[in-house]
Amino acid sequence: MEVLTSLYRSPQTRSGLILLTVVIIVALAAPLLAPFSPVDVDPTARLLPPLSRVATSSTHSGASAPHAESALHLLGTDSVGRDVLSRLIYGSRLSLTVGFLAVLISAVFGSLVGCLSGYWGGWVEALSAWLIDVQLSFPFLLLAIFLLGALGGGTLAVVFVLALGTWVNYARIVRAQVLSIKNQGYVEAAHATGAGTLRVLLVHILPNTLSPICVVASFSMALAILTEAGLSFLGVGLDPSTPSWGTMLNDGRDYLLTAWWIATMPGIAIGLTVLGVTLFGEGLRELLDPRGVR
Amino acid sequence: MSPSILDVEGLSVAFDRPGHGKQVVTNVSFKVDRGEALGIVGESGSGKTLTMLSLLRLLPRGFVARALRSSFDGRDLFSLSPAALLEIRGREIAVVFQDPLTALNPVLTIGRQITEVLRRHFRSSAAEAERRAVELLANVGIPDPTLRLRQYPHEFSGGMRQRVTIAMALAGEPRLLIADEPTTALDVTVQAEIVSLIQRLQREKGLTVIWVTHDLALLARIADRVLVMYAGRVVEDAPVGKLFAAPRHPYARTLLGSIRQDGPRRNRPKLLGSLAAADAGAVGCPFAPRCAEASDQCRSVAPALKVFGGDTRAACWALDDAGARGADS
Repeated sequence: MEVLTSLYRSPQTRSGLILLTVVIIVALAAPLLAPFSPVDVDPTARLLPPLSRVATSSTHSGASAPHAESALHLLGTDSVGRDVLSRLIYGSRLSLTVGFLAVLISAVFGSLVGCLSGYWGGWVEALSAWLIDVQLSFPFLLLAIFLLGALGGGTLAVVFVLALGTWVNYARIVRAQVLSIKNQGYVEAAHATGAGTLRVLLVHILPNTLSPICVVASFSMALAILTEAGLSFLGVGLDPSTPSWGTMLNDGRDYLLTAWWIATMPGIAIGLTVLGVTLFGEGLRELLDPRGVR
Repeated sequence: MSPSILDVEGLSVAFDRPGHGKQVVTNVSFKVDRGEALGIVGESGSGKTLTMLSLLRLLPRGFVARALRSSFDGRDLFSLSPAALLEIRGREIAVVFQDPLTALNPVLTIGRQITEVLRRHFRSSAAEAERRAVELLANVGIPDPTLRLRQYPHEFSGGMRQRVTIAMALAGEPRLLIADEPTTALDVTVQAEIVSLIQRLQREKGLTVIWVTHDLALLARIADRVLVMYAGRVVEDAPVGKLFAAPRHPYARTLLGSIRQDGPRRNRPKLLGSLAAADAGAVGCPFAPRCAEASDQCRSVAPALKVFGGDTRAACWALDDAGARGADS
């Protein structure tokens, strides 16, 4: 509770928190909020601009309506007549899941590698340095396209590829932190009180690396959402029928001049979410630094 | 039960690296009796701290320690298993470090850091550990302990931080407390408070304390015995009264002379040269290059510690068997 109130105090973090909360609520309540199905195609309502009203077809209202009812496509429809708003709402689920999972996996794995290599040095360090070099020597996009081609796309494959591309950042930063922290007096003092290696690592060293991890995580989460969109845009990410912000961008690129809303709306959604994550991450970093709490 | 809680013989520490190893502590032996306060004095770099750290096997990477014999309450500190060693650290032997600014973890509340020790050694419940932490803080003279428990190290002054590290050291209810220059980083007035705090705790809990310091005046007040170290060797070991009344080793004499308050400043003895380059592994007495009385014998063979009057040891060729200074006028 204290954490939330102090997060709420800074106006920056507050806006980030609000943005993120909205996106999360939208993602959770997608079936309640979406006015249309995100996948149903309506050939009669193709490329409608925002705020268009259409007569509800009988397939939607079930029984034939006694008088003509109309439905509002608030953000218009795409090239096959799907409601952009509904796809946007459902797409938030995917973007958040992919971003969150990718960050979680890469942060845990990368921090672990960084921690071990920084603390023990020796062959552990040599091995992880080698892994990092191998990872860095591949252009990420090339690796991603290759792997997704081989794995055949899908949400989990995208998460895996994104995690693979970003764990190195955590490993390098955490390693550098651990290298300086392990020589601090309080680590020696902790050893002198009988704390074992694991306890020293978890209780004394890891919390000191949390604030840089948070910064990297917030940027990576933003980057993961963007990259997922990018991969889907390139057509190697998610199945084109899956409502995701990236696939929507991809769908809209042919109509940028004639039907701008198809690509613009997911673009705005991506922008706002990334902004929210970044602002929130920045606030979290300040919070984790005890000298900053006031 | 032997009267001494710690008995170390022939302790050596070397910086071991292929090609350029260096002996930094040579053949150090000492005993500490239960409830006693032992002072270890020497210049920076004389091996005081390394000697203490080696007892708990806390030496920085690259240092190797060996001892002919060591006994902490009957156990050999140098052959303990790693697990048994962890049970001794903090639980039976605790250390108060020199710099309270760095000895506390900046991102953990001090309550967390104290309860961590309690939970580690006594498997206390969270509530029990917190209650005990409040007691410990109150006992080291921190006002408002319940409130202070939730604060971070940067919210404490230097003296208060050192009180916190002392509370942490005492959390494991150790029998031996190693105070490694605990007052060096503090203001003079705060120094006095910390010293009397440790003395009070020593009395109340029957602690044995090893004071590592270069403050001779301090040792005169608080120590029972004093070990004078030079270049990684013990050069004199004497009860505090005898050391201050009649120092035997020329190094100890110069040190004591340098803090005498009587007579003009220029009459005090000076120690020329520096400790640098003093290689504890070299031949001859390590103090010979700076010693006014050094003879050829001093420069070629290192003197061994000789026992005088049953309770004093000193390593100097110029001392005859009765402990009198032969060559001295």
